[in-house]
Amino acid sequence: MLTAPFEYRRAERVEDVIEWLSDETRETKILAGGHSLLPLMKLRLATPAILVDVSALRELQGVQEDGEVLRVGAFTRYVELARHSLINQKASLLSQAANVVGDLQVRNRGTIGGSLCHADPAADLPAAVLALEAQLVILGPNGTRRESAEAFFMAPFVTTLGRQEILAAIEIPLSTQNARSTYLKRPHPASGYPVIGVACLIDAIHNQTIGTARLAITGIASTAFRASAAEAQLVGGRLDAETIAKAASTAAINAPLDDDEHTEYKQQLVQVYVSRALQQVAAQED
Amino acid sequence: MPQVMGQALKRHEDIRLIRGRGQYTDDMKLPGMVYAKMVRSPYAHAKIAAVHVAQAINLPGVLAVFTGNDLKDELGLIPTAWIPPNSDLKMTPHPALAYDTVRYVGDAVAVVIAENPYIAQDAADLVQVDYEPLRAVTNPRDAVGPGMPLVHQEIDRNIAFHWSVGPNLDDVFNQADVVVKQEFRQQRLIPNAMEPRAAVAQYNQATDELTLWVTTQNPHIHRLLMSGILGIPEHKLRVVAIDVGGGFGSKIACYPDEVVVSWAARRLRRPVKWTETRQENFMVTSHGRDHVQEVELAGTKDGHIQAVRVKAFSNLGAYLSTAGPGVPTILFGLIVNGAYHIPQASADVYGVVTHTTPVDAYRGAGRPEATYLIERMVDRFAATIGMDPVAVRELNLIEAKAFPYTNPFGLQYDSGNYQETLKIALDMVDYANLRQEQVQLRKDGKYIGIGFSTYVEMCGLGPSEVAGAVGFQGGLWESATVRVHPTGKVTVFTGASPHGQGEETTFAQIVAEELGMPVDDIEIVHGDTARISMGWGTYGSRTTAVGGGAIHLATQKIIQKAKKIAAHKLEVSESDVVFHDGVFEVQGLPELRQLTFQAVALDAYLAWSLPEGIEPALEGTAFYDPKNFTYPFGAHVAVVSVDTATGDVRLMRYIAVDDIGNIINPMIVEGQIHGGLVQGIGQALYEGAEFDDQGQLLTGSLLDYAVPKARFFPRFETAHTVTPSPHNPLGVKGVGETGAIASTPAIVNAVMDALSPFGIEDLPMPLTPEKVWQAVQQAKGGRA
Repeated sequence: MLTAPFEYRRAERVEDVIEWLSDETRETKILAGGHSLLPLMKLRLATPAILVDVSALRELQGVQEDGEVLRVGAFTRYVELARHSLINQKASLLSQAANVVGDLQVRNRGTIGGSLCHADPAADLPAAVLALEAQLVILGPNGTRRESAEAFFMAPFVTTLGRQEILAAIEIPLSTQNARSTYLKRPHPASGYPVIGVACLIDAIHNQTIGTARLAITGIASTAFRASAAEAQLVGGRLDAETIAKAASTAAINAPLDDDEHTEYKQQLVQVYVSRALQQVAAQED
Repeated sequence: MPQVMGQALKRHEDIRLIRGRGQYTDDMKLPGMVYAKMVRSPYAHAKIAAVHVAQAINLPGVLAVFTGNDLKDELGLIPTAWIPPNSDLKMTPHPALAYDTVRYVGDAVAVVIAENPYIAQDAADLVQVDYEPLRAVTNPRDAVGPGMPLVHQEIDRNIAFHWSVGPNLDDVFNQADVVVKQEFRQQRLIPNAMEPRAAVAQYNQATDELTLWVTTQNPHIHRLLMSGILGIPEHKLRVVAIDVGGGFGSKIACYPDEVVVSWAARRLRRPVKWTETRQENFMVTSHGRDHVQEVELAGTKDGHIQAVRVKAFSNLGAYLSTAGPGVPTILFGLIVNGAYHIPQASADVYGVVTHTTPVDAYRGAGRPEATYLIERMVDRFAATIGMDPVAVRELNLIEAKAFPYTNPFGLQYDSGNYQETLKIALDMVDYANLRQEQVQLRKDGKYIGIGFSTYVEMCGLGPSEVAGAVGFQGGLWESATVRVHPTGKVTVFTGASPHGQGEETTFAQIVAEELGMPVDDIEIVHGDTARISMGWGTYGSRTTAVGGGAIHLATQKIIQKAKKIAAHKLEVSESDVVFHDGVFEVQGLPELRQLTFQAVALDAYLAWSLPEGIEPALEGTAFYDPKNFTYPFGAHVAVVSVDTATGDVRLMRYIAVDDIGNIINPMIVEGQIHGGLVQGIGQALYEGAEFDDQGQLLTGSLLDYAVPKARFFPRFETAHTVTPSPHNPLGVKGVGETGAIASTPAIVNAVMDALSPFGIEDLPMPLTPEKVWQAVQQAKGGRA
């Protein structure tokens, strides 16, 4: 459990990071909370030559309302996501998901940007940002670009982030700030990662017609995904037992699961957890 | 002087341990110390064609790289220390570094020694080994089949030994009304002590002594074995284990790593440290359990058990570990009748080698494997004849008046009232009402289950004569020296080697009670062969029963001597002196004259005026060899609910009523019970090592292997009865393993009870949600 040798650099400016990332002869990795990268380095599964510490970059910090969005800096730690009053109020789903990541030590160090860029298919936060339809603000040599969370995750541990790019912030539309939401997680008994995690966001209470329904599922497939067919079934209906059962069953049938001896059970888990997540939302107080 | 025995004193050792002031092996820092890293085989079975070390040696900071060939003529083989009698056991030659063939993933082939651990790791990565991979076998029953790859060429069919006990029972089974047959898989477990193993060796040229600091449960056994392997006489070898962060049996064995480090320290004239990573701990530190068992029970239709027999294939891994062969034989086969009066029993055990990590003792060691099968079979029998499992237990449990009870294999269960613990457990769980509730819930599609385990175990290992008779290559008595200092403070040296169990406190309580002095005036010293007389260490729930017994005897010797000195001083005859609460006084005339124990101690050392024939100083040494094992017992009840939608098993309540004899520190006892329960329940529900066909460990980290977490459990409900052991001077029995032994079948019985409406009779452990769900699905499909 000892890393290979590496050079440590502390970035003072985003421009430095982008320039350092351009070095094609030496693998350069961004270090945020380090809770995914450092274990890999200690196992020597990752052996970057240069680590760039981005903790001092102002562009990656802070949580504030900015017009129609809530802007969450990429360096925001899980513990801040869980406790920050603005996030609690405007994007409660993100707080709920962050609150069940790992353990207290992990939450005190790990960051939202680190988690999203690492793109571990078993991470919690991708489900929350998918369901919140967040935009990722990415800085690179050609300036700033924005990408939807949905487009960002390509494959396990693979995102659209370019070689010289850095994730600066996550923008969450305020349009769903009054919706009800829950993140229902089934932790693996060994790792604590979600066997399945369902992020659920609904804009209606029990007797109202559903206008917006979001279901994003992590842990169980090769990347986090939106259960679009189930969402479509919910919209226009009411959050009653029958609708919930139908949506859960649709989510299970359409889940992009790998085909192996566990598929049947995974489908069952999708069905049960989508159903229970919807029931939780339905049961929330007015 | 208030009573100290029986008080829930806080643990003395915790003051240093929780403040980070303990001294574990890896905390050792010696001038000039260098670091070892093992190069380990990635294959479970392969020929070693060549080991290329040049690149590694040339890395700056590397002192040396040694291969198996460098060591094979320098060191003896690593032996097993348990040879079951009449078992035709064949040794498995185990070199410290493999030089010809590797036999499991993690088998070390070379060692790198470098100035710091980073360089050692870098250099280890540069050692190139040419392997010729061979077929591997990992399952013990597969391994004995024809045409399977052999782990050791000299061991036919991979059967290292065949051991059996008990008569041929064919007639009994042929004539029985009811015969229940069941196969059980005792899955392999990975102990996962909090502290991984470590070793630091230092050679002193002036004295020609080698000192080895090592994570061990038994420093003297380590010294004995290492002396033979290294060729260093025992008086020139010192083994030290100050603080050890748990072992659960995995720190009994003598491992290649400490042998290599010791040899290298002498060769290089530099202290050498080796510390295991958690990954290595999973790969190479001994595993536990791993049986395939075919079990049969014969009984009558009205619930009397007539006979039990078992044929077991026990997986011992690639090499026979230090206590490995004793666990599935003596500690298993002799107690398969459990807590029941079963007239006939037999056990037939194949000790099988496979291309897997060596297997040795793991908390309970043999007794969980025996208890599981009998407790599960009692439930299967009850279900077969349509009786309540409690009724079958009540009918067959050994009766209180039958003690001492001789079991079918000649073990003499010392004392007990088994029915009483069951009765208390039934009251605590409110059995009758719970059964009614279960029926009601089933109508709503909710499935709860109630599972019992009425167990007995043999511990307090043990009488040395028996140890010899059963092939343990050592004694099982224990030593104690109680040294009173001139000021009356006391140092106790114990040959037991507690490593987390709290005996620095428990032992101090024994001495404090007997000498009538504060516990803070007593220091317990353990884990150093240079300071302590020969002893046999800590395992098999023996420390308080045997080590405590030795301390009691040594303390009594001191009191006897001090009494003579006090009588002399008080100018009365010895028979007129009484000693209580730390004071010597004249019988019947307490006001006349008193002497404190401390005053007598000073007199003993000043020696100005001692009685005729009494030597100066005040020190007692005792070597206590118990007359018998001790037999803790009890009744455990688990209440679970099964979510048929997910297969989740939720433990709703757990009741443990244990009788461990007299209790010295109830808080420590409670802690031991909780820890044991968690490990036993872990086996039932969460834990299980898995290898693929090539012998790769699939559950090689804490990400994959589910060590139970506190949040998985409800508050345990515990109670005790107290039946002192009649042959043990303190009346204690032992508590370290009871929870791990009793709880596993209680949980599985409860889950099977919950699933009984589906016709599910048995599932292999661990009862993971997916396994339970699949079984329910199949059952539903089958009925539809």
